[in-house]
Amino acid sequence: MNIVVCIKQVPGIADVKINPETNTLIREGVSSIINPFDMYAIEEGLRIKEKLGGKVTVISLGPPQAINALKEAVGMGADEAIQLSDRAFAGSDSWATAYTLALAIKKLGEFDIILCGRQAIDGDTGQVGPGIASQLGITQLTYVFKIIKLEPEINAITVERLLEEGREIVAARLPALLSVVKDINQPRATTLFHIRRAAQLQIPTWTAADLPGVDLFKLGLKGSPTQVIKIFSPPKRVGVLDLIQADSVEQSAAILSDKIIAEKIL
Amino acid sequence: MPLLEIDKDKCIGCGGCVDACPLGALSLVDDLAVVNDKCTACGACLLACPVHALNLPQARPLEATVNLAAYSGVWVWMEQFHGRTGNISIEMLGQGRKLADRRKVALTACVLGHNVEHITKEAISFGADRVFWVDDESLSAYTTAPYAGTLISLIRQYKPEIFLLGASARGRDLAGSVASVLYTGLTADCTGLDIDPENGLLLQTRPAFGGNIMATIICANHRPQMATVRYRVFEMPVADSQHQGQVIPIKAAIMADQITVHVIDSILEKDEINLADARIIVSGGRGVGGPSGFDTIRKLAEVLGGAVGSSRQAVDAGWISYAHQIGQTGRTVRPDLYIACGISGQIQHLAGMKTSKVIVAINKDPDAPIFNIANYGIVGDLFQIVPSLTEQFKNKLHK
Repeated sequence: MNIVVCIKQVPGIADVKINPETNTLIREGVSSIINPFDMYAIEEGLRIKEKLGGKVTVISLGPPQAINALKEAVGMGADEAIQLSDRAFAGSDSWATAYTLALAIKKLGEFDIILCGRQAIDGDTGQVGPGIASQLGITQLTYVFKIIKLEPEINAITVERLLEEGREIVAARLPALLSVVKDINQPRATTLFHIRRAAQLQIPTWTAADLPGVDLFKLGLKGSPTQVIKIFSPPKRVGVLDLIQADSVEQSAAILSDKIIAEKIL
Repeated sequence: MPLLEIDKDKCIGCGGCVDACPLGALSLVDDLAVVNDKCTACGACLLACPVHALNLPQARPLEATVNLAAYSGVWVWMEQFHGRTGNISIEMLGQGRKLADRRKVALTACVLGHNVEHITKEAISFGADRVFWVDDESLSAYTTAPYAGTLISLIRQYKPEIFLLGASARGRDLAGSVASVLYTGLTADCTGLDIDPENGLLLQTRPAFGGNIMATIICANHRPQMATVRYRVFEMPVADSQHQGQVIPIKAAIMADQITVHVIDSILEKDEINLADARIIVSGGRGVGGPSGFDTIRKLAEVLGGAVGSSRQAVDAGWISYAHQIGQTGRTVRPDLYIACGISGQIQHLAGMKTSKVIVAINKDPDAPIFNIANYGIVGDLFQIVPSLTEQFKNKLHK
């Protein structure tokens, strides 16, 4: 099995603290992490390889220091890593990101499964996975919660997807792109053995010039159909906390229930 | 090398951009702003600069890739599951009607499925002027390729300028595929849609970085302008049985080799209300203490006719399934009423629920951050307060 896992380095929001005086985020010293959903994608890739054999290649589009995310993935056990970094890629929206990643995956050669996280926690779009699948013209399976059956000899996969109404079991043809949700597995930690390997591994950096058939007008900011024209802070919640304090629990509950009913939202 | 350009002559070293950068890519060196390789050209710093010293090159193609004037009209994809229309599609018809009126164009609903003729009438009653109705057995359960293929050929033939879909699992699955093939802009998870009065472009506003910043996005040179829209952002329109519209049956042209996915089974959440769509949510967190603690939460939700949510901690502890998780790595919800029980209110949880209309917090820790965003709060033991609250509502609401 040739498995490709697409990962993104994102700001480690878990480290972010709120300044109690200004109510804004304290971003100093924010570390960068592998997008949490992508951790599940890496883990799933490693599990498939352990079961069926093959190779796991991680790939990431981002600024030069995103190489640390790739090293961490190799530290978990991924076999190879490719970094995509070029000023020409900067400012890519989800369309241009998917286009660039799809070209790089084509260059890698034969693949059976591409894994992505459900979405990145900074952009939150969840659109790059479907974009890659349609650029490559392969099956897409989003919001995958469980791989039920994988039969590479007959190019078949059966998965469970998580939808709003519940779960859905679908059978599909390989090759396929899977975007995975949390809870599909428990990502492993890096091991000393693999960290040593990651330190020695030469991770190639591909630029636009390394992508066969690339249309330079479809890359980065200028190739992105969408354009951000304004950034602003979200509106603050209006009103202050009405803290209910009464002599007994029953009284507190009575007051709170009256106030909620008075909101006329029930 | 980062794209951001800093005019060192204009920079006054105020540090406003350093605070505004969500990536930690900016810092002050010798009282001047300096950018490092972490910059992704997101633009968050531009507005924070009081002296306009920051600039991102607007290297856009000078000419549109398509004849923009050929595109007209607002379209909405009518999402349906087992023949039932999703509320989110009806909400979009309401907003789509407003956008169409502002652009002085028609509103079109796209109904795809099998035995879904009733949805065509529903779409007209909620404001559609025209309905494309595609009935085919291969469309009976949603799968990506036949749905995307059908919509792509409709768009190529009839050229809408705006195309809206719900930001549901299916909507996001479909929109990403359609936009990719058409090489057009797609703004995901919008919470605001408007028309720019000057140039008629769709202004698409969405949260990013876990809701910590908002961005307004346009798609100037590609068509259609596509957006997925979050649940419960726009009001449900009122049905008008007098509203007139035209139903145009379309023959599906789906090739057998396009069908690479087959739905084998659907396992519906039992007795639970769709969280994304819920008007009322009662959530439990670490304070619930274990799986049986959620019984207390469920009883209150039941009395209120609401859905049950949870924090990440309760899911990670295995007390309740992941489908219930609200927050950054779970679902984003915006109910009218959100009751947080034993949830401390970490930033990741707040990202998933802070736009709820009324927030109620019940927690034994008076310093829990959840109280900072709550409208009402009680400090105390949830196992005493929640059952008592359930009793109160039972008596007051179900006499």
